Amino acid sequence: MTRKRYTQAINEALHEEMARDPKTILFGEDVALAVFGDTRGLLAAFGPERVRNTPICEATIAGMAVGAAAAGYRVIVHMLFSNFIYTGFDAIANQMAKLRLMTGGQIDLPITVLAVYGGGASQAAQHSDSNHPVLMNLGGVDVLVPATPADAKGMLKTAIRNNRPSFFLQASGLGAINGDVPDGEHLQPLGRAAVVREGRHVSLISVGSMIRATQNAAKQLEKNGIDAEILDVRSLIPLDEDAIVASVVRTGRAVVVDEARDSCSAASQIAAVIADKGFSALRAPVKRVTVDNMSMPYAPNAEAAVFPNADDIVRAASSICQPESVQA
Amino acid sequence: MASRTTHDQQAEPWAASQLAMLERMLLIRHAETRLARTAKETGLPGGVHLSIGQEASAVGICSQLETDDWMTSTHRGHGHFLAKGGDVDTMFAEIWGKRTGICRGMGGSMHVADFSKGIIGANGIVGGGLAIATGAALAAQLDRRGRAAVCFFGDGAANQGVFMESMNVSSIWKLPTIFVCENNGLSEFTVSSTVTAGKLADRARAFGMPVEVVDGNDVRAVASVARAAVERCRRGEGPSYIEAVTYRIHGHLEAEDLILAGGSYRTPEEIDIWRKADRDPISRFRDLLAAEGLCDPETFAAMDDAALEQVEAAVAFAEGSEAADPDLARQLMFVGGEG
Repeated sequence: MTRKRYTQAINEALHEEMARDPKTILFGEDVALAVFGDTRGLLAAFGPERVRNTPICEATIAGMAVGAAAAGYRVIVHMLFSNFIYTGFDAIANQMAKLRLMTGGQIDLPITVLAVYGGGASQAAQHSDSNHPVLMNLGGVDVLVPATPADAKGMLKTAIRNNRPSFFLQASGLGAINGDVPDGEHLQPLGRAAVVREGRHVSLISVGSMIRATQNAAKQLEKNGIDAEILDVRSLIPLDEDAIVASVVRTGRAVVVDEARDSCSAASQIAAVIADKGFSALRAPVKRVTVDNMSMPYAPNAEAAVFPNADDIVRAASSICQPESVQA
Repeated sequence: MASRTTHDQQAEPWAASQLAMLERMLLIRHAETRLARTAKETGLPGGVHLSIGQEASAVGICSQLETDDWMTSTHRGHGHFLAKGGDVDTMFAEIWGKRTGICRGMGGSMHVADFSKGIIGANGIVGGGLAIATGAALAAQLDRRGRAAVCFFGDGAANQGVFMESMNVSSIWKLPTIFVCENNGLSEFTVSSTVTAGKLADRARAFGMPVEVVDGNDVRAVASVARAAVERCRRGEGPSYIEAVTYRIHGHLEAEDLILAGGSYRTPEEIDIWRKADRDPISRFRDLLAAEGLCDPETFAAMDDAALEQVEAAVAFAEGSEAADPDLARQLMFVGGEG
């Protein structure tokens, strides 16, 4: 174990996987200098054939990922900000997600798409989307939202190594967080949520970037006599429905915390799973803490007013944890 | 190019290659004529977009390719599929929605693909193959085995932004991409000249790659420019642009009359001009080969009959096959697992 930043953990996974398989290639805008630090050093280590700066052309970047993967390569492609996924979306939604089905299973597509998502840094509306719900709805791609440096490394290595298209979404607010990361080979199985904190009264189900706000909320709730469990979903496709339902069975209450816009958010899907499979365990309505159906404003105070925070989570949890029922 | 030759196997290689091209064009013509008939008489599960009149571009280009060269196609892709060596039996079974189909009935007419023949697939999105072919060309460059990646697209697709993007990337990285614009003058139901500025070939010239504009109904002319482009790819010298000027005889899709409800974007007279023997790519080539003494009327008739027979056998194969497995789609999606 070594203490590393989230971004360093990603960088380490990229170095290890590129070294492991010479048919692994990486391309995208500005990957040579590494805008986010995650691809730093790869060009020097693996050369300009396998690590390529592309022009600014997301439609072609995403389409090339499909073509190169179909032609036998293991492709890592960097889309920079998750908003830029929209400009490459034909190749993602119409090609990448569908090609295996449309060809009757003739090919696999080992593609890992990296993108940084989420707000909180005054990047304004076009650099702050949390668009994992859009990707979840494609039906043909994995959607990964690791919240710790260890998971970032372990899940990225697993995603690169498997033969499916995966979206590895890095929370912009988590890039600088530190954590213990296993050295060398560390493959985190996908589709397994993690119980980050055990509790009796309410399940706080956190999606990706929301982990810190959720942890802060749990501390505040504890002062109020509410013992919150925290479940970090870690991946959305595949989704660990069993762990979600098991947590709700333990606590009887759920608050789902997600930085996506509320309509058809990951929180909506998780709430639906709980309603469907954990209904009998529920002692209160399922609450969602999300972003209203609006774009992220620029001004720090205006953005803070929209961005889900610990107080929002405390309020939502408190509203379903009446003192008498918590004591019961 | 795969073919079932009916001509004298002892003929010199060049003559054999010419007859093989004629043969393959006939197969495409008869296959699509049969699809048109079936669509009209009994219906097919989905729409079909036919390339009748454009066979020379598909066959001329693919005559210069090896099986392991890559190729992406369009929504009008049956001709490209057959020209690249695809099998008519499994293509028909696919269009009929059968489990013996090349894509096991999961893709249909707009998605025929055969990776064992380098056919990455037809595409339902206009311009959808441009970036995919560019990616395959990147793979080919990394492989260092001299493969090329051909991208067929139409003049309609040339108005998609990804056309410029993929030419730019191919050019700066010297990728072995061959951009083949089949310019039939029509963007679905719209006359292209009403929605297109300048000359398409000028767009390719702007990226510094060799440009050839050829009579797309002259299969020999198409094959000739394709040869130069393929050789350039094999030498690692980068992409080329070929514009094959042609014409689509049938509608955008077979249900066109129904969809347009009396509306039209061209006149019957215009279509008739392109049906004439001196314009039609097959009769033109037949007459040329006859004049050169390479294909007498008996040889042609035998070839024509053989193609028809092959198509009818494909219909029987498709009709006699079991319907697609309804559970297969679920299994084929990229389903998340732990690893």
